Amino acid sequence: MSNVLPNLKYSKEHEWIEVIGDNKVRIGITDYAQHSLGDIVFVELPGVGDLAEADESMGTVESVKAVSDVYSPVSGEVLEVNEALEDDPEIVNNDPYGEGWMAIIALSDPSQLDGLLTAEQYEALIQEEE
Amino acid sequence: MTNTGEKAIIFELSKPGRVASNLPALDVPDVDVASLLPAGFRREVPAELPEVSELQLMRHYTELSNRNHGVDSGFYPLGSCTMKYNPKVNEDVARFPGFSQIHPYQQEETVQGALQLLYELQEDLAEITGMDGVTLQPAAGAHGEWTGLMLIRAYHASRGEQRTKVIVPDSAHGTNPASAAVAGFDIVTVASNAEGYVDIEALRQVVGSDTAALMLTNPNTLGIFEKDILEITKIVHEAGGLVYYDGANANAILGKVRPGDMGFDVVHLNLHKTFSTPHGGGGPGSGPVGVKQELLPFLPVPVIVKKGDIYGLETNRPQSIGQVKAYYGNFGVNVRAYTYIRTMGPEGLRLVSEYAVLNANYMMRQLAPYYDVPCPQICKHEFVLSGRRQKKQGVRTLDIAKRLLDFGYHPPTIYFPLIVEECLMIEPTETESKETLDEFINVMIQIAKEAEETPEIVQDAPHNTVVSRLDEVTAARKPVLRYTKE
Amino acid sequence: MVYRYLPVTAEDRKEMFAALGITGIDELFSDIPESVRLTQDLNIPAALSEPEVLRTMTGLARKNVSADQYACFLGAGTYDHYIPSVVNHVISRSEFYTAYTPYQPEISQGELQAIFEFQTMICELTGMDVSNASMYDGATALAEAAKMAAGKTRKNKIVVSKAVHPEYRAVLASYCHGQNLELVEVETFNGLTDLSALETAADGDTAAVLVQYPNFLGGIEDLQRIEKIAHQHKGLFIVSANPLALGLLQPPGAFGADAVVGDAQPFGMPMNFGGPHCGYFAVKKELMRQIPGRIVGQTKDDKGRRGFVLTLQAREQHIRREKAISNICSNQALNALAAAVAMTALGKAGVQEMATLNLKKAHYAKTEIEKVGGYEVVFTSPTFNEFVVKTPVAVSDINKGLLQQQIIGGYDLSRTYPELVNHMLLAVTELRTKEEIDRLVKGLEGIQHD
Repeated sequence: MSNVLPNLKYSKEHEWIEVIGDNKVRIGITDYAQHSLGDIVFVELPGVGDLAEADESMGTVESVKAVSDVYSPVSGEVLEVNEALEDDPEIVNNDPYGEGWMAIIALSDPSQLDGLLTAEQYEALIQEEE
Repeated sequence: MTNTGEKAIIFELSKPGRVASNLPALDVPDVDVASLLPAGFRREVPAELPEVSELQLMRHYTELSNRNHGVDSGFYPLGSCTMKYNPKVNEDVARFPGFSQIHPYQQEETVQGALQLLYELQEDLAEITGMDGVTLQPAAGAHGEWTGLMLIRAYHASRGEQRTKVIVPDSAHGTNPASAAVAGFDIVTVASNAEGYVDIEALRQVVGSDTAALMLTNPNTLGIFEKDILEITKIVHEAGGLVYYDGANANAILGKVRPGDMGFDVVHLNLHKTFSTPHGGGGPGSGPVGVKQELLPFLPVPVIVKKGDIYGLETNRPQSIGQVKAYYGNFGVNVRAYTYIRTMGPEGLRLVSEYAVLNANYMMRQLAPYYDVPCPQICKHEFVLSGRRQKKQGVRTLDIAKRLLDFGYHPPTIYFPLIVEECLMIEPTETESKETLDEFINVMIQIAKEAEETPEIVQDAPHNTVVSRLDEVTAARKPVLRYTKE
Repeated sequence: MVYRYLPVTAEDRKEMFAALGITGIDELFSDIPESVRLTQDLNIPAALSEPEVLRTMTGLARKNVSADQYACFLGAGTYDHYIPSVVNHVISRSEFYTAYTPYQPEISQGELQAIFEFQTMICELTGMDVSNASMYDGATALAEAAKMAAGKTRKNKIVVSKAVHPEYRAVLASYCHGQNLELVEVETFNGLTDLSALETAADGDTAAVLVQYPNFLGGIEDLQRIEKIAHQHKGLFIVSANPLALGLLQPPGAFGADAVVGDAQPFGMPMNFGGPHCGYFAVKKELMRQIPGRIVGQTKDDKGRRGFVLTLQAREQHIRREKAISNICSNQALNALAAAVAMTALGKAGVQEMATLNLKKAHYAKTEIEKVGGYEVVFTSPTFNEFVVKTPVAVSDINKGLLQQQIIGGYDLSRTYPELVNHMLLAVTELRTKEEIDRLVKGLEGIQHD
């Protein structure tokens, strides 16, 4: 059973979103996502300063047998990316909600947060997929 | 294969001063290199290439070849790859100096034999596929697909039509959507129905005025013939689209039915599958493309033509899509295919497909009690099994494939097509004897029993190859893609 | 007729029919709509026995003029070079040539390791970090490099020098059209890329600048200056290079090239009327995951032994389908093996020596031709093994005359460069003897006037 943290928001594309300040969020992929991908061998991150668009690809995660897009759950400027993942992509497998975070984004439209899933809703979603 | 030690890399055998070739001495007046090449142009650090003797070289590559499995080594039922026997006379012929030592820019009158061969091969392939013209320029199947799609794009554009979508069944080879994307199209996937055929109703739903083409393999990747093919091609044609034939599975239909007669407008063939040219460990191949009359003006240049008894190269084709490869394609591969067609003749080619289909059906029938058969109707040259029964016993299709290595077989294609769970796709080809088929069937039955009784034997396979299962995760995480001296 | 590739006997057929519960083979084809089933044999020539087919093929081969009997001074991207005997012996080992792509690494270690070694040799020659397992040919390798640059930089203009092989540019144009990329060609000046024109053409929208080294007209481009122009606006710098020349020339990697591509035909491959040859594709480390095609990596098995696998494949067509970066599937593996064997046979010293022989013999031919009245070596830049000669009469007429003297003459540049009417591109490899070069010069002398 995949781990779902209660204090985070989620997207249907299996990203988690943590509000970390005024209009600032941290983003990563969920435990369920890393588990279904298997051993992650490469993470492609957006550039700092890029403008992320909600529901558009902002990077990819790659396993031996698959490449998946990481869809940005919100719109806004990319403030920071987790460069450690470029050398050690396995961090995403080991600690998806912590050290395996991917990007910090400055929200251009904070109301987008309201459209995201709660932990309960996300749990229901993955139960359906499983 | 008994060699289980680590094999040295050629650079590890290197010792300064050793050579495995020698060049003639300079027979023209010597000049200083520095006077011909100014300092900034001259290489400062020589390339570190190996330094070995000729015998060391031969031993090295002979050892490497002993760590490789080809069709001549043993049965190779790799689905959709048509691993048939590669005739030796083809190899001899391709090495004739009159074929191998000719330059592509020689005057046409000095290469009449080569041009005649290419022209006649085009004619033969047009007859075999029911098409009106053929280009031999594409170097491989995927290259042919892309060429065919560029032809389709040019055809629609010439009629002032904006058609942006290519329809691909969910069972298609992965190259189909990739080729369509590289040719600038958007891809629409159409589902297969429960029996493994294209879902006609689903097809009707997605076909429209934006449809450029439908790409289809027939028999499809499940090994079954799309029996409603005439209906399918009609639906696409009525919407103004064209139908593309992926010839990867053409070994099932030689002399039995022709893509052109089924309503296909463009077809590619893999000469390295159907026409016996060797796969070479992944190429070179050859992927000729045939088209119907209305697409002839768009064929890549140069076009090989015959005027009277003279063969020539025609470049003035204003509507041509241009060139897809330098020169005229993989000529040496085409020489082999031509030799094969001359060897087999019309009856021989028909028998090729009849026996390919007979062998596949025979194997499928014999294995049906032991493995799930998702499409139990008659198959063509290949068939698929599902390892879902074995999966419940903890044995995956990958394990079955690895266990086959222990018996000296190359495994079938696995996990493709994607729509079959734990898929094994088996293509015996017509060149295998019934004894070989029976031995393989027995081994597959034994593995099914092992999965039930001693699954760990299968899970831990292979047991007697030069290496066991390799760590692909580390290979991709921390890529080591070249040798570096320690 | 007996078919030696078909082992099914009458008895086999009977047993297999019985197992299937059928009485005739047609029952296995009953799913083909009757209206399109073929009822008569294909209209192709009847089968031939092995001796007959050999006779037919010998007859066709003899209709061609070949470089084993004529002295070949044609180059233009395909060359008549020394091929060590070991090459054919290695690639004739059926464990190599009858194998498919190494999808099952445990029984494909030979092929995988040979390709890993090939990748290393290509990296060494080009001065790059990573090489793939080969492409169809030099032309498609260049087109794939342009496509890669557009994907990486997210720009859609490709700038190519007109001193790049005309057929490479033609293939590039086809691929650019497929991807809706804008292709801009830059004129030449004195046989080299016109750098001021290049500077104008390469702008902020430019994904890549493409040049050839040595270029199609034989000239050695100034890569140092071109690199600055290419990188000025953050485009990629892509060089198509003759790998043999790199035995002697400073490699493009040393000038900061992002990708080096080309054709390995000079190493171990006969001319084959233009194919199969072997495209190669090498990049800097930063582009490692953008490289199209197959690539072999080193790893360990579960007992800790060194082994090799296809790697970085997740972006390829069989997984990524329409999102793949390229549709290439089969490459030219056996020819990559031939190139690796040839590079090994020549070795570190041999590659330099062979390149030097090309340089010096071409220089000798150039000097001697210049002495012939009516002929002129037109460009002054340094060259490797090819150079352009202005001729007093049409090149096609000269070549007809040379053919009478068992010489295959040069490339008629008017075919692809209308401004170079009566200009011939000549190639002189290590295989051309002084006697042959002198015969060429004499031949030219004899065709000075109509």
